[in-house]
Amino acid sequence: MKPMKPSARTSEYLAKGMIWAAAMSVMIVLVAIIVYILIKGLPVLNFSFLTQNPYNMGRSGGIASTIVGTLYITLVAILIAVPFGIGTAFYLAEYTRENIITRIIRFSAESLAGIPSIIYGLFGFIFFVIYLGMGWSILAGGLTLAFMVLPTIIRTSEEAIRAVPQIYREASYSLGATKWQTIIKTVFPSAIQGIVNGIILSVGRCIAETAAVIFTAGSVLSMPFSLFDSTRTMAVHFYILASEGVSMENAYGTAALLIILIFVVNVGVNLLVSRFINKNQKR
Amino acid sequence: MKKFKENLPGHIFLLLALSSISALALITGFIVVRGAPIITDVGLKDFAFGMSWAPSLEEYGIFPMIIGTVAVSLGAALIGVPIGICCSIFLSEFAPPFITAIFRPAIQLLAGIPSVVYGFWGLIFIVPFIRDYLGGPGLSILAASIILAIMILPTVISISEVSLLALPKQYKEGALALGLTHWQTIRIVMLPAAKSGIVAAVILGIGRAIGETMAVIMIVGNAVAMPESILDPVRTLTTNIGIEMGYATGVHQEALFATGIVLFIVIMILNATAQYIVSSGKQARGKERQKS
Repeated sequence: MKPMKPSARTSEYLAKGMIWAAAMSVMIVLVAIIVYILIKGLPVLNFSFLTQNPYNMGRSGGIASTIVGTLYITLVAILIAVPFGIGTAFYLAEYTRENIITRIIRFSAESLAGIPSIIYGLFGFIFFVIYLGMGWSILAGGLTLAFMVLPTIIRTSEEAIRAVPQIYREASYSLGATKWQTIIKTVFPSAIQGIVNGIILSVGRCIAETAAVIFTAGSVLSMPFSLFDSTRTMAVHFYILASEGVSMENAYGTAALLIILIFVVNVGVNLLVSRFINKNQKR
Repeated sequence: MKKFKENLPGHIFLLLALSSISALALITGFIVVRGAPIITDVGLKDFAFGMSWAPSLEEYGIFPMIIGTVAVSLGAALIGVPIGICCSIFLSEFAPPFITAIFRPAIQLLAGIPSVVYGFWGLIFIVPFIRDYLGGPGLSILAASIILAIMILPTVISISEVSLLALPKQYKEGALALGLTHWQTIRIVMLPAAKSGIVAAVILGIGRAIGETMAVIMIVGNAVAMPESILDPVRTLTTNIGIEMGYATGVHQEALFATGIVLFIVIMILNATAQYIVSSGKQARGKERQKS
């Protein structure tokens, strides 16, 4: 007997059910992860946890120095990656046609985006820490992360610049503006939201990164002052606390703060994007 | 002089662009220079296919880790890809607008969660579950595959959704007008038409799974041995670097960079393939448009 083939209607229902089930299970997993970490971690988060330095390898005390370290490294990474990323994006979008150079630039940027963070860590260690003699430091960690987020900034900025309507440029030229004036006074202000969006995404990636910073910034727990001090970021701190079983309570607290920061970053991006879309629609 | 002034920004932008992409050359150069000597010393065959990794005995064979990486990422793809493609169909075809408005940011959030948090969650929930109900130590290929499957979802979903949304409307309208049901339209017309984007999504997803380190370290067990079942612990290329980089020196450290070279080559091949598929897909579609 031939196996019965389900009718079009049955398979329609089956497929729809399967697709809804897949989508809902993904949502459930996401909610499960976030809710679990928050339930365990929120009670730990209080003023003294955020403002005290860790004591006894993180067994007691707070996470103040790791918060400062994370912010410091993220700041260095963003300050360095932004000019290069935006410059590259303007070159690709405004100053050239598709040719062999743009193809090489695009291929390299896409490839950089796919390279695993552990490779960035290896590279940062051998290049910044050893070869350039920076040692385990905020500077080395920040530079490594700058390399890592560069492709994100290039891609989002280029998209934002290309999304600026051609009429704007033509209007600017027709008023006698030069190319540079057009870019700085017309294109850049219209693209700024998209560009900022990419920068915020990169901030999120810097905060969440572990593998690339653990070998370049080290894991010293004291409060960092100069760029050449070694530091431990929140993500690294969480990893060490959780994997070595130092203090589960403090691990949960750190994880909850990480999740909250990532959440804030994502909400920020979405608000910007929706404002961007609204503004463009009004025009 | 005026001409020079007007051209100056363009030159500066070109300079910035060239220094940005020199990053790729720098990374390749430094990792290869640091890792290549040990591969030539040990011999490529003994390095890539050697069964024993014992830095104290100066034995550097990474074959078990290659197998571990393949097993873990294949597992992640088997679980993550069907779910991811279903989600992209859901987003582009079935979801009501208010659900899309929640679902899309949720997927972004999924991409933003630190990998160490995924690893930790796997350690708390997945590992004990496998140990209690399926046997083995819990720290296993299966545990890592499940967590990686979740982690590659954002990549798979966003890229396949983009390629589904990019399809010309006429495809869908034509199929529906011929009397196909919605699902038949998706299965017979839309998925094949979006094939190149979806394949690229899968390849990039697998690339992410291969490259992930911290989450895997926490749940894969890290034993250097050939696995016999998916419940056995393994060590992957990335975790080998992640675990030992902290204390390795000298030749041992070079061997870790050599592991990095192997990882780097695999990832570059996957990336280049995905880029090629995407660009050839775009060209094919462009030609079709010109015809019509």
